[in-house]
Amino acid sequence: MTATTNPPRRDNKPRTPQGKAAGWFDERLRLAGPMRTQLNKVFPDHWSFMMGEIALYSFVILLLTGTYLTFFFDPSMAETTYHGSYVPMQGIQMSQAYASTLDIAFDVRGGLIIRQIHHWAALLFVAAMLVHMFRVFFTGAFRKPRELNWIIGLNLIMLGIIEGFAGYSLPDDLLSGTGLRIADAIMKSIPVIGSWVSFTVFGGPFPGHVIIGRLYIAHVLLIPGILLALIGAHLALVVRQKHTQFPGPGRTEDTVAGERVFPIYAAKAGGFFFIVFAACAALGGLVQINPVWLFGPYQPSAVSSGSQPDWYMMFLDGSTRLFPSWEIRLWGHTLPPLFWPTVVLPGILVTLAAVYPFIEAKMTKDTLKHHLLQRPRDVPVRTSLGCMAITFYLVLFFSGGNDLIAKTFDISLNAMTWGGRILLLTLPPIAYAVAYRVCLGLQRHDREVLEHGLETGIIKVLPTGEFIEVHQPLGPVDEHGHGQLTYAGAPVPKRMGQLGAASPVKHIRGFFYPVKEKPEIQAAIDEQEAREAAALEPDPSGSVENRTRELTD
Amino acid sequence: MSTSDDEMTRAGAPHGTHGPVQKHTAEELRAMTPEERMIAGTEAEDIHIVHRRDRFPIRGTKAEKRAERGVAACFLIAAIAGVAFIVYFCAGSWKWHLPGTAQNFRFYTPILGGLLGALLLFLGVGLVLWAKWLMPEEEVVQERHDFDTTEEDKLMTEATLSVGLADTGLPRRGLILKSLGLAGGALVTVPLVALVGGMIKKPGDQLFHTMFRPNKKMFPKSNGMVPIVFSDWRQVSPDDMEPGAIVTVFPGVRAVDANGFDGLTSASSPTIIIRLRPGQKVSYRKGQAGFAWPPSDPQYIAFSKICTHAGCPASLYEQQTGRLLCPCHQSQFDVLQDAKPVFGPATRSLPQLPLTVLTGEDGRQYFYAKNDYPEAIGPGFWERP
Repeated sequence: MTATTNPPRRDNKPRTPQGKAAGWFDERLRLAGPMRTQLNKVFPDHWSFMMGEIALYSFVILLLTGTYLTFFFDPSMAETTYHGSYVPMQGIQMSQAYASTLDIAFDVRGGLIIRQIHHWAALLFVAAMLVHMFRVFFTGAFRKPRELNWIIGLNLIMLGIIEGFAGYSLPDDLLSGTGLRIADAIMKSIPVIGSWVSFTVFGGPFPGHVIIGRLYIAHVLLIPGILLALIGAHLALVVRQKHTQFPGPGRTEDTVAGERVFPIYAAKAGGFFFIVFAACAALGGLVQINPVWLFGPYQPSAVSSGSQPDWYMMFLDGSTRLFPSWEIRLWGHTLPPLFWPTVVLPGILVTLAAVYPFIEAKMTKDTLKHHLLQRPRDVPVRTSLGCMAITFYLVLFFSGGNDLIAKTFDISLNAMTWGGRILLLTLPPIAYAVAYRVCLGLQRHDREVLEHGLETGIIKVLPTGEFIEVHQPLGPVDEHGHGQLTYAGAPVPKRMGQLGAASPVKHIRGFFYPVKEKPEIQAAIDEQEAREAAALEPDPSGSVENRTRELTD
Repeated sequence: MSTSDDEMTRAGAPHGTHGPVQKHTAEELRAMTPEERMIAGTEAEDIHIVHRRDRFPIRGTKAEKRAERGVAACFLIAAIAGVAFIVYFCAGSWKWHLPGTAQNFRFYTPILGGLLGALLLFLGVGLVLWAKWLMPEEEVVQERHDFDTTEEDKLMTEATLSVGLADTGLPRRGLILKSLGLAGGALVTVPLVALVGGMIKKPGDQLFHTMFRPNKKMFPKSNGMVPIVFSDWRQVSPDDMEPGAIVTVFPGVRAVDANGFDGLTSASSPTIIIRLRPGQKVSYRKGQAGFAWPPSDPQYIAFSKICTHAGCPASLYEQQTGRLLCPCHQSQFDVLQDAKPVFGPATRSLPQLPLTVLTGEDGRQYFYAKNDYPEAIGPGFWERP
C-alpha cells in the first residue's frame, strides 16, 4: 500500500498552496464532487480500444499543425509569377495558393516538416477511424444502447474523408487539380441538377476562380467545426454510457473493470498521445509526402501518369476504374457512367453501414442492452459479413492503383481492370465462406479445450502400446475426465504458458549475477517472500483453478 | 485477480455486491489516512478497488531504483532531443540550393523530424513506463448504473411535456399551428435561398461551346476561324510535327472571356493534333468526313484532349496502335477509329475538331479550327443529348 500516515486533520482549512488554490476554485465552482467522479472514472484496458484514441490524438495534431499552416497559406487563385527560393519553379506562372505552398516548403524555416506532419496525421486520422470502426463492428460494440454513437462515428469518417479531400486540394498543384476536375465530372454526372451543381460550386465553368477559397473555409472552419462538435458528442456518449469491454473477471453487463482515470489511465493515455505525435513527427520529417513542387501548378491540359489520390479516396478511384462503360441516354438526356461508382456506390455503402445495427437487431430479435463485447468468432454471420465488406473495399482500393501494380509486375493494364471486375464480384462471397468456417473452427477449438483441457505436449505410451497426449484440464472434471466449464465469451487459454501468466508475475532477479541488496532491504524482501510463499502453500494449484474459473464464469 | 485476501478487505467491499453505499461523516473522514479517504471517495460512487498493490512494496530495492532511473532516462533523452531540435532548427542550413552546390539543406527536415520524434517518443514512453513500472497496480471495478428510467420519472416527465403542450394551446389552435408552420418554413428557406442563391451560376450553353467557336470580330482575316497555337502562343504549322507525333494545342484566343480565362487557361481548350504515320488510315463518324487534314488523304487529326469519362487530359499516346490512354481511369481511345473508346469506363468518343490550313503572311501553312467541336467536350452531363 502507498499509505502515508498523516496526523488526523483537525479542521477543514487548507494549508498547502495547492490546497488553497483548490479551495478558491471550489468555493466558486463547486468542483469537489463532480471532479472526484471524473478522476475516479474507470476505463477498461484492451489494445483494440487504442484505435479510437489514435484517431482522437491525430485530430488534435491536425488542429495544431493546421493552425500553423494558416499563418502562411494564401487560398487565392490569383495568378502570380514565382520568385521564391526553389530555382526550378522560378518565373513560372502559378496561383497564389500554389506559390504560398511552395513558400511553406522552401521559404519558411521548418515549414515543410509541419506541412508533412499535417499530411501524415490526416492519413492516420482517417485510417485510425476506419480501423476503430472495424473494431466496433466485429465486437458488436454498436449494439443497443450505442447505435447513436455508431451513426455519429460513421458521420465522422465521411466528414474526415471530405475534410482530407478538401485539404489536399488546397495547394492547387497538378495532382490535386486533376482530382478537383474529376470531382467536377462527378458533380456533373448527377441527373437533372448536375451541371448546375458544378457551376454553383465552382462559380462558373471549371476551374473558375473561387474553388480554392471555398475549399479553404470548408477545410479550416466549417468541417473542423462539425468534426469537433461530433467528436465531443461521440466522447460524451462514451462517458455517459461507459466503455464496453470483453467479458472476464469483474467484467459483467453491470460493471466496468480497469484503471481509474487519475493517475494511471491519464498517464498512460497522455503518454500514448505523445507516442502517436512522435510517429507523425518522425513520418513528417523522414518520409516525404505529397511533394507538390515536383508536380507543378495545375494546368487543365496536363496530367502525369500514376496519379493516385490520398489512400482514403482510392476505393472511389478503383470503383470508377472498374465500372463498365454503361451510359444511359434517354429522351435527349445523358446519365453518365461516372454517376454509379462515385455517387450511388458510396451512398449505398454508407446507408448499409448506418442501418446495419438496426437490421441486425431486427434479424436476431435482440432488444436487450449490451455492454459486453463479443469475440468475432462467436458471431460468425456478422464477422463474415464484415470480412465480405472489407474484401469488397480492398478490391476497390487496390484497383485504385491498378496502373502502378500493372507497371510494377509487368501485367497488362487491361488484365488488371478485368481482374478487378471479376474479383470484386467473386472474392467477397469467398471471403464470407472462409471467415464463416474459420469462426466455427475457432469456436470448436475453444469448446475442445474446455472439455478436454490444454495440450501439454507430453506423449504417454499406454501399456497397450497406444500413444496419447496428456491434457491438462482447466477446471474440475466429471467421471469421464471431461471438463465442466462452459464457454462464457472470454478468451480460453490455449497453451500452457498462458496459464502460467495468470499467476503473479515474478521478476527474474539477478539473471547474470546475484543482486546484492542492502542488509535491511534484503531482510524485508526475505520476509515478504516468506509471507507470499505461506499464502500460496495450502493449494499450489489453487491460483490456476481460480483463474480459470474467473475466466469462464 | 486479487493476490491476497488481506488486500481485498482493506480496499473495501468486493465487487458485485450492491449493498447500500456507506456514507462517512466529515469527522470520520478526517480520522482516516489519505488513502482510506480516497477509497471512501471511490466507494461513494460504487467504484470498488478490488486490488491495489505497490509495484515495489519494499522501498529502495535495486529493482525499484532501476525502474526509476529508466523512466528518468526517457525524460532526459526527450529533453536532450528537444534542446538538439532547437539548436538545429536555428543553426541548421535549410535554404534550397541548386544541385552541385552544398546540399546540407536536404537533411534539415529529416533531422528535425528525427529529433522531434525522439522528444515526443521518449516523453510518451517515459509516461507510459512510469505508469506501468512505478505507479501502483490497480484493478478497479465500477458499477455501470445503466438502469432504465424509473416509471415515476417517465410518468412525471410525460405529464410535464403534455401539460406544457396543452398550456400552449397548440393542439386545439389550428390557426396558430398552421401559421407557425408557415413561418418556420420561411425561416428555414430564407437562409437557404439567401446563401445558396448567391452562389448559383447558370450553366446555359457554356458546356456546349469552346473557344474554338469562330469569331469574325476577333479573327477577320481567317473569316472568323480560330488559329491553333502551342502553349507559348506560337501558331501550329503542319511542318512542326514528325509522323506519329502528338502535340497539345489551344485556341489562339488571347482575350479573356466572361469567366476570366483565355484560350490557354480555359479548361475546355486543350486539344491534341496527331500526325498519322504513313499508311495509317482513319475512319470517320457520320457527318464528320473532312474534319482531318488534308481531307483527301488525312494525315493530321485533332481531338479534344479532355477525356469524356471524368475530364482528365487523355495524353498517353501509343504510336504503334494509335491508342490514346487516359491515366486517371485507363479509358483507351482508338485514334484511327474517330477516337472511340475501346477499353475502360469511357462511353463516348473524344470530340473531333475540324481542321483546316491557311497560309500565313510568312508563307508557311498554319492550322485553324474550321469550326467549334460539333458536340460538348469532356465528361457527360444531364442536358447533353
